[in-house]
Amino acid sequence: MSASLDAVLGELRERIAAAQGARRALRLKGAGTKDFYGETLAGEVLELGAFSGIVDYEPSELVLTARCGTALSEIEAALSARDQFLAFEPPAFGADPTIGGVIAAGLSGPRRAYAGAARDFVLGAKLLSADGALLRFGGRVMKNVAGFDVSRLLCGSLGTLGIITEISLKVLPRPRAEETLRLQLPAAAAVESFNRWSAAGLAVSGAAWWQGGAWVRLSGSPPAVRAARERIGGERVETARAQAWWQSLRHAQLPFFAGRVIWRLSVPATTSPLPLPGDPLIDWGGALRWYADPPGEVAIREIASAAAGTALCWRGPAPQGRFHPLPPALARLQRRLKERFDPHGIFNPGRLLTD
Amino acid sequence: MPKADIAAAALRTVLPADCLLWREEDRRPYECDALTAFRRLPALVALPRTEEQVRQVLRTCSRLGIPVVARGAGTGLSGGSTPHEEGVLLSCARLNRILTIDPLERIARVEPGVPNLKVSEAAAAHGLYYAPDPSSQVACSIGGNVAENSGGVHCLKYGLTVHNVLGVRGYTIDGELLELGGRALDGPGLDLLALAIGSEGLLMVTTEVTVKLLPRPPCAQLVMASFADVHSAGNAVAAVIAAGIIPAALEMMDRKATAAVEPFAHAGYDLDAAAILLVEADGTSEEVGDQIAEIETVLRRAGASTLKVSGSEAERLRWWSGRKNAFPAAGRLSPDYYCMDGTIPRKHVGEVLDAISRMESRYGLRCMNVFHAGDGNLHPLILFDANDQDSWERAERFGTEILELCVELGGTITGEHGVGLEKLNPMCVQFSPAERAAFAAVKEAFDPKGLLNPGKLIPTLARCAEYGRMRVHRGALPHAELPRF
Repeated sequence: MSASLDAVLGELRERIAAAQGARRALRLKGAGTKDFYGETLAGEVLELGAFSGIVDYEPSELVLTARCGTALSEIEAALSARDQFLAFEPPAFGADPTIGGVIAAGLSGPRRAYAGAARDFVLGAKLLSADGALLRFGGRVMKNVAGFDVSRLLCGSLGTLGIITEISLKVLPRPRAEETLRLQLPAAAAVESFNRWSAAGLAVSGAAWWQGGAWVRLSGSPPAVRAARERIGGERVETARAQAWWQSLRHAQLPFFAGRVIWRLSVPATTSPLPLPGDPLIDWGGALRWYADPPGEVAIREIASAAAGTALCWRGPAPQGRFHPLPPALARLQRRLKERFDPHGIFNPGRLLTD
Repeated sequence: MPKADIAAAALRTVLPADCLLWREEDRRPYECDALTAFRRLPALVALPRTEEQVRQVLRTCSRLGIPVVARGAGTGLSGGSTPHEEGVLLSCARLNRILTIDPLERIARVEPGVPNLKVSEAAAAHGLYYAPDPSSQVACSIGGNVAENSGGVHCLKYGLTVHNVLGVRGYTIDGELLELGGRALDGPGLDLLALAIGSEGLLMVTTEVTVKLLPRPPCAQLVMASFADVHSAGNAVAAVIAAGIIPAALEMMDRKATAAVEPFAHAGYDLDAAAILLVEADGTSEEVGDQIAEIETVLRRAGASTLKVSGSEAERLRWWSGRKNAFPAAGRLSPDYYCMDGTIPRKHVGEVLDAISRMESRYGLRCMNVFHAGDGNLHPLILFDANDQDSWERAERFGTEILELCVELGGTITGEHGVGLEKLNPMCVQFSPAERAAFAAVKEAFDPKGLLNPGKLIPTLARCAEYGRMRVHRGALPHAELPRF
């Protein structure tokens, strides 16, 4: 590691020590593209963008290691040059987040239901802890069961357990073939079809529904894509338009997202249309349902719970908290974990768990 | 009254008489798992039939301060379910019902005692299966797979247990219900599901698992390639991946392994080859045909001396039978064998094989090598005689040196078998005191009294200090450049 990176790490340690001493909160910040996400933002801003750079990338190992401040665009460009990619399609929301922010938020794009979530691709992480120690969990290999799987625990922790300074991710070769089909289908029929196609082993890598029509992306070897197309039917979407549409979905940039209030419901993939007013935007083959501007009196959380799912208030006022409430036993356990990693509550307090 | 008697009296009030074993002859079968070198007689064995009985056992033991070790089928290789002498061995074997299979949603809800293979058998009617396939899948239980984050030969393409389990329901030592994950793909809060999987029974006891089912690929074909030296075989592995191919399985065996299995498995292996690779493609027949052709091209370019493609399902299974019989073959060659489980970046496969070969002469023991090469997961099988104390000690040192080399090369001491009791010493090498303290902190958050599977997974500071002294005392450290804690 270069002297300047050592200096950055040294500064981070000093800020942590000062915050510990003064019992003052730190608000960890990468590129600041997800300030809207999570509960409350509190504390002095601690910029992490300077601790950046790809540490190691060997395409034949399918592993990329980068420091937390590395821009997602830099990582995607490096992968793209070797015909590889991040299969969990992290959303960037029209900006350029850092990989640390991507992993701390743990959000995944349309391919999530088919390729896996951000955490499924985390192989290892380094954590700068509350007492300034640099801890290494997991590694740069495909299989690793030594110790608890703390690196995956960090994915989605929103910086509440410490500073994720480095991440190793499993990367995959880009599919040889990809195409998109459009079908006019009502929502219920679309969700059922999405599930049937997956159960039949068709090479689906994205299945969404919006405004009366289904968008189905096929990825894989050319014969697998061809077989799926013949089986599914519908109308082929021209490549550039298809890519633009999936990018808009991935980055939450479709016109749908202009809504003033947005709810995101994570439910079992086969869930029938939910008893909520208005048409949803459906992603993840039925497992993700977005609703815009629902009337205030609608009991969204109850409806999500009744469907064995949860509801996240993505945008808009959230007096009861953004995240779906945890059962009391789980909430207590999460708090105990937080206290063990961060006894004085200096890292992003209140961002993931409300008090 | 001795503690065990107090516990027995208390457990009799919450369990039917036939769910508690206290006679020595009844407890004896539970004294070890598949790591037979470690044996301890549990004070009591509980065999609950219901989730409520599990909860009651846990609450009772928590109240009395009695350690609890959960056990699935006892097939674990690292001593994860080696009993505690003063504790209750909690067998999940009778919690063995498949609760639901939903073919459209592609999930199964099962109790922890269900054997891995039974899930796939039950799902077969719908054209579905459960992907993780540890070699012990006929016997090993889903609950044990969750505890160990078990793998198998298809991990590179289909993932480990953590990638194929959607939800875990279970209880803390205090009998508090935890439902982690579920049928939805994500939820609020920290990802405790990822943390629970692979936690070796230290955090909670699983009573129900929701697994992902996948459509069974209609077709599979296997390529068998021979190489004149282990380095070119190792390079061929990297070449396959670099070509953008993710095979369904990518296994490697060295000549010592093929020579050991061939006489009784009659797999048809090339015994002149220094190493062979088994590379499998699955999917539709057209897809498999394309991928096999591509694999052949890459392997030929990488220096394969002979290439064969399975011409029938019978032939494919015969080639696999050799690989799957590697462990029993080691058992035929030698009174005992010690199976290692390190993982390394794939590019170092050749280098590690060379190093192991040098260690063989240094320790005066033979070692045959089978690898999940696609994952860089090594299973060197060190042959020794447990009746000869010196032979066992040499085997242990040999194994430790392999694992330390794995760590040095950026890998890990265990890819899929777990730490348990067996790898407590190598944990001192892979993790710093602060990292081990973080593991202990996780443990405390779930189990403040330290009653669930105590003494496993996390070595104590004192143990690591002692281990460090011992290593130095025996002379030159094998890798002096490694940091020692």
